[in-house]
Amino acid sequence: MSAKLSVTQQFNPGVRMGVAALGCLCSFAVFAAEPAAEFTTAIGAERRMELVTLVRQDCGSCHGLTLNGGLGPALLPDALQDKPAEYLKFVILRGRPGTAMPPWQRFLTDAEAQWIVSNLQKGFPSGR
Amino acid sequence: MVAKKLQAVWLALALFTVSGCAGPALRGTGDLGVIIERATGSVQIVDSSKRVAIASVQGLGDLSHASLVYSRDGRYAYVFGRDGGLSKVDLLRGVIERRVMQAGNSIGGAISQDGTLVAAQNYVPGGVKVFSADTLELLADVPSTFGDAEQRSKVVGLADAPGNRFVWSLFDAGEIWVGDFSEPTKPRIEKFKNIGSQPYDGLITPNGRFYLAGLFGEDGMALLDLWHPERGARRILNGYGKGQEKLPVYKMPHLRGWAVAGRYAYVPAIGRHEVLVLDMESWLEVARVKVAGQPVFVIARPDGRQVWVNFAFPDNANVDVIDVEQGSVVKQLTPGKAVLHMEFTPRGESVWVSARDDNRVVVYDTQSFAQRGVLSAESPSGIFFTTRAARIGF
Repeated sequence: MSAKLSVTQQFNPGVRMGVAALGCLCSFAVFAAEPAAEFTTAIGAERRMELVTLVRQDCGSCHGLTLNGGLGPALLPDALQDKPAEYLKFVILRGRPGTAMPPWQRFLTDAEAQWIVSNLQKGFPSGR
Repeated sequence: MVAKKLQAVWLALALFTVSGCAGPALRGTGDLGVIIERATGSVQIVDSSKRVAIASVQGLGDLSHASLVYSRDGRYAYVFGRDGGLSKVDLLRGVIERRVMQAGNSIGGAISQDGTLVAAQNYVPGGVKVFSADTLELLADVPSTFGDAEQRSKVVGLADAPGNRFVWSLFDAGEIWVGDFSEPTKPRIEKFKNIGSQPYDGLITPNGRFYLAGLFGEDGMALLDLWHPERGARRILNGYGKGQEKLPVYKMPHLRGWAVAGRYAYVPAIGRHEVLVLDMESWLEVARVKVAGQPVFVIARPDGRQVWVNFAFPDNANVDVIDVEQGSVVKQLTPGKAVLHMEFTPRGESVWVSARDDNRVVVYDTQSFAQRGVLSAESPSGIFFTTRAARIGF
């Protein structure tokens, strides 16, 4: 585990796919224990609302309330389509050193980050 | 009997005519202000004496991270929307007088010293656009190109400076540009390069002489003396976090709405739960004040006795009040969830604080810290009083 972290800390496009593959192996276990369809039910409705507010408002302070980008890049489905889900989840949880993207793992579980990624990829709920 | 009835009708008609001619009650705008409702694209126009909303204006587009400046007569607010919308709002009539879409992704603006020019700073397409304050007609477009290729940087930290100049920073390029718009359609641009990594915002001192850019990519700030631009930009507060790992920053601090109290400037540290105190004679750090989280806004009460601080996620339910004589936090307040902004009334007896996730604006007495009122607003963010109209850098 620690070996994996040291590689992923220096995340760059060159190693992206390799790490994504590693991440996939890792999350495979998660999927096996908890099928994707159950993600929504695993995270309660109230918490999902909190996550929508968090993404729209707090991620939105850099990525825009509409997620069309700001100081940070756009997080709309088009902008994310060629990025692996595991990579996106990693960036959310661990941040991107050298940029303004901070790590959110203090505030999000792995499953919550996964839920955010899958919703960003299909168009994030407005929360309104 | 009939005559009497006729007389009454005439009297009523006469009264109607007289009151009809008088029109709406006359009033000044000196105690008015605007509250941005970021999620609904609306603003409330408020009266800070009576602490009530007097009008609501809809249709301003995406107002996340919206800011505004005032015409020098204090009647119009120029609202800069995130989506590039620039709207001229009439405070007295409560309507949008003019509106243009001037960019794809915008971050704020400024008004010139003489009040005739409004400038917008844009992320996409990167650059500064300058408009007639009267008609919102585009007068100048200054793309923020840098490097070999025709890259354009995101523009931050736009401020007005004496001489009908605007000053701004290039986030991606690490540059400060000074534009002289005394001939608005023929701006003269002076560029200062290598000022430091990732300037995230800028401020101009109340006398309009010094421009400071905060750096996100390194510990320090860039300082430009506009009385002596030939001396170039220099670094101050170098390595203020030396040897210590930065804490994560969950919201970029703002420098506009600076805190200058006496000879000291109070600025947010980056990645540290501290406010840095700068001596504006020597430009050296003279003290640090420990606060509840990553500071976002650090704002002095108009008399300079107190400095109020709000915070980035996850400490954004708090507001700390620093007493400048004691050099420490003397009061902690919890106005509500997700405090985004604070604005003092013109002479500072009250402060208005927006709590986004509680959908309210709380008014405090700054002497006793007693709550003086609560206004409901939908996801309120910035609060702007018309006193800004007469201040350099606002």
